[in-house]
Amino acid sequence: MLKKTFTALTLGAALFAGQAMAADYVIDKQGQHAFVNFKISHLGFSWIYGTFKDFEGTFSFDAANPEASKVNVTLKTASVDTNHAERDKHLRSGDFLNVDKHPTATFTSTSVKSTGEGTADITGNLTLNGVTKPVVIAAKFLGEGKDPWGGYRAGFEGTTTIKMKDFGIKMDLGPQSENVELILTVEGVRQ
Amino acid sequence: MQWRNSSRNYGLTSIFMHWGVALAVIGLFALGLWMRGLNYYSPWYRTAPDLHKSIGLILLAVMLLRVVWRWLSPPPAALPGHSPLVRLASTAGHLALYAGLFVVMLSGYLISTADGRPISVFGWFEVPALITGIPRQEDVAGDVHFYAAWALIILAGLHALAALKHHFIDRDDTLRRMFGRAKS
Repeated sequence: MLKKTFTALTLGAALFAGQAMAADYVIDKQGQHAFVNFKISHLGFSWIYGTFKDFEGTFSFDAANPEASKVNVTLKTASVDTNHAERDKHLRSGDFLNVDKHPTATFTSTSVKSTGEGTADITGNLTLNGVTKPVVIAAKFLGEGKDPWGGYRAGFEGTTTIKMKDFGIKMDLGPQSENVELILTVEGVRQ
Repeated sequence: MQWRNSSRNYGLTSIFMHWGVALAVIGLFALGLWMRGLNYYSPWYRTAPDLHKSIGLILLAVMLLRVVWRWLSPPPAALPGHSPLVRLASTAGHLALYAGLFVVMLSGYLISTADGRPISVFGWFEVPALITGIPRQEDVAGDVHFYAAWALIILAGLHALAALKHHFIDRDDTLRRMFGRAKS
């Protein structure tokens, strides 16, 4: 009897030992502790940095089981901002993002593969300009823990590079500018 | 010929401004349409919009002067042969042209200054931004600018046809006055 109880308890302890529970997080849009930025070459002479100001998303993450993580982000393409009104107007037009026809872009993860201590490749479907293609985000877990105001947060950064033509963006900016690097950082508040 | 308008003729000031504006409007419309189709590697990709904005802002200054001049030197009296309907139609048409001009020019100005940047006029001086930060200001102003420009050019075309009608069909002084050559 004692042996059975002992076995049961040990088994139970072993099962729960390494298991911080998988948690759902909402990306902190309210405090804007998240950024979806991009970088593209200008003629090979400099970088244009831009951002999408309006986006929201969720992720579920368990540090003990990172490959079960999921992430989902939807952004408003019209919120693009490269600090230049004429350029932003052009970016929203049919030459680039065609925002009136495609007001949102989304990323939905399909699988996560651990690549080291705190890093992972997140594979998922990116829908941009009405075209859906798989991309891989090279992600790094930055940390998690309690915040000073009664909440619990976790944060990541990640990058991926896409070819504009793959998503039906036809504007020819020259050979130096075929690819855009997406640079993301998100902090989520645990629900 | 005199600078001021008379009861029968437009003076040189009005004549120069009228035909100058006509030329600028036609030129800017054509330039505007053409420059939209330029690709990134065209040598005109930056030059054409710079010209368009510079001429547009000079045009705005001229139009403001024209409004002042109209008050300082009112236009000639309506032709005696023109019925009340003709007078009403021509007043409405001219008012619409003025309105169309200001809507086009101001909306254009609001595109480039949406982010607070000034517009450079031929590199001589800069016109600062006044209204900024309206959500998607450059896009909304851009749509207004495009449709108002088409409305204006169509109206201007009708205006030209009306002048030709008065000249060749009615055979009155309407068009001649705008050259300072009224016969009666």
